[in-house]
Amino acid sequence: MEKFATHTGTACPINQSNLNTDQIIPARFLKWTRAMGFGKVLFHDLRFDADGREKSDFALNKPVWRKSTILVSARNFGCGSSREAAVYALYDFGMRCVIAPSFGDIFAGNAVQNGLLTAVVSDEEAAEIMESLAQRPELPITVDLEQQTILCGNRTYKFTVDPIRRMRLLNGWDDLTLTENYRDRISAFKAEDKAKRPWAVPPGPI
Amino acid sequence: MSQPQTIIDKLWTAHEILRRDDGESLLWVDRHYVHEGSFHAFSKLAERRAEVAEPRLTFGVADHYVPTRGSRRNIANPELARMVRQLEENCASHQIKLFGLDDARQGIVHVVGPEQGLTLPGLLLVCGDSHTSTHGALGAYAFGIGASEVAHVLMTQTIWQQKPKRMRVSVDGAVPPGITAKDIVLAIIASIGADGATGCAVEFAGSAIRALSMEGRLTLCNMSIEAGARCGVVAPDAATFAYLKDKPYAPKGAAFDQAIEAWSKLATDQGAAFDREVALDAANIAPIVTWGTSPQDALPIDASAPDPTRESDPERAQYLRDALDYMGIAAGKKLTEIAIDRVFIGSCTNARIEDLRAAAAILAGRASKVPGLVSPGSSLVKRQAEDEGLDRIFRQAGLEWGESGCSMCVGINGDLVTSGERCASTTNRNFRGRQGPGARTHLMSPAMVAAAAVSGHLADVREFLAGRTA
Repeated sequence: MEKFATHTGTACPINQSNLNTDQIIPARFLKWTRAMGFGKVLFHDLRFDADGREKSDFALNKPVWRKSTILVSARNFGCGSSREAAVYALYDFGMRCVIAPSFGDIFAGNAVQNGLLTAVVSDEEAAEIMESLAQRPELPITVDLEQQTILCGNRTYKFTVDPIRRMRLLNGWDDLTLTENYRDRISAFKAEDKAKRPWAVPPGPI
Repeated sequence: MSQPQTIIDKLWTAHEILRRDDGESLLWVDRHYVHEGSFHAFSKLAERRAEVAEPRLTFGVADHYVPTRGSRRNIANPELARMVRQLEENCASHQIKLFGLDDARQGIVHVVGPEQGLTLPGLLLVCGDSHTSTHGALGAYAFGIGASEVAHVLMTQTIWQQKPKRMRVSVDGAVPPGITAKDIVLAIIASIGADGATGCAVEFAGSAIRALSMEGRLTLCNMSIEAGARCGVVAPDAATFAYLKDKPYAPKGAAFDQAIEAWSKLATDQGAAFDREVALDAANIAPIVTWGTSPQDALPIDASAPDPTRESDPERAQYLRDALDYMGIAAGKKLTEIAIDRVFIGSCTNARIEDLRAAAAILAGRASKVPGLVSPGSSLVKRQAEDEGLDRIFRQAGLEWGESGCSMCVGINGDLVTSGERCASTTNRNFRGRQGPGARTHLMSPAMVAAAAVSGHLADVREFLAGRTA
């Protein structure tokens, strides 16, 4: 996984609360493999009409935001389905950070597994950043994970991110590598637990 | 005496292999369910040439992409056939027991797990599906995970987690006639919001929860994710144990008695502290329908759609306008005047036998004014419903009686609501496009869907109850 330190890029505001993973990537694309390019179908049904033409009023279709690498949105971003393809779609489109007042738990967990930063600001700050972007769409934003700051024009915002997720992103840690260090502890737990909770182990396949 | 603990603390502690200094814990996973959508994770295993650590704790179920109509042995749609075959191959090559299309026990993973006694109290259970929260109904710590985590669980039988906040939602009192678990959970979500339980594990407690059947509790916990909860749980009790007795994979004989002894200790201790408490009065809960595009957009059936012009907060007003616009509903319209085009009875939320009975009780001797599909929660539920003659009631009412699968809840098997059509649905998500691009979904209980079907518009089930038991 790629490490995340600081990132500067164009930021696209989508001022909708509860932007769920069904919106980020509709279910019919979930049978795709990643090689097929999930970025193409990011926000598909918000971005394109029934005939596949771009909807000109959707923020990501506006020329200035077509190559955005940061997304700013309202609360409960990524709620709903656990589909990790929502993160693949954002990342493969080029997004490296989503700024919002809150995130769906499963989405935020999936994000860190793939190097996507979920930066939490207050409702008011998110609204203010989106307003700044509405005024000056080309305004680049710099997200500094070490300092936990968002630089937007002449304003600097502090953001929160779970400290464990922050460490993982800063170091590019991968779950499996972490777990490898604890193989013995896992085996020991398994043996002890089997004696303690014999009912937890199912009979063989029926 | 030791510190009183919540059921959430007890479940957590029993599975904690270690906690790192930074506060993240490595948890042991007792059950891992996989389905066709888990192929991303199996690909990760293949990339690393890794083995499944505990195939005997891993179970496969074909549900997301399976057809509900036509041949299931020779699936006509090549893409669906490929998705199902891929699961069969992945399970076979890793020695994972699969409840596939050739198995009489196939069904929706969140129906099959409890039905087979694979889901038990005191277990930690994961699946690459957000509605894994369902299994908390039996007193398990159960949550949905993403593909990377699925791969991690396959390879290590463990998962990294941080302990969530503990929240208790208490519903006390007796619910009025016609009120089901679906109405209770929609009332909870409407009250706390779609992110009201984000970051929390939720215990559902109180006399109204205790009074729910196991199937009602499954519906309740199923939708805890729609309030953002990491998981939902109901403390196991006599009803739980009675439900599990003689289930195929549940412990038997002395082992079962021993298990009950352990399970009985899981309930929250007197005086244990929660980080957050919410209480609802069961007597005030009416039959509920959603009007908008989030499960929190829920109102009693005798209410009217919101009117954005009467909303003082401009952002909230805009939210209401967008939702009403998508749903094609005029501001302030009486909910019972909203005409529907189609009904769907199915999904991991509401397709168990009691759900089908409740819908059939309303539909018996009546005709549906709109087309619709009934997809039982599992192939065993289907057989039982047929033994009880429920399939004939649905068919005689004019509804289609299909096979079991996720079907029209998520539409990826081809069961779709046409763009612009309005569907009264027993499912869990009324998101834009959830049942198909442009589809308009109203969530409600199975009996309420049946009432809507015979009315041709959203309707109050209480008006159809005379002389019937729903």
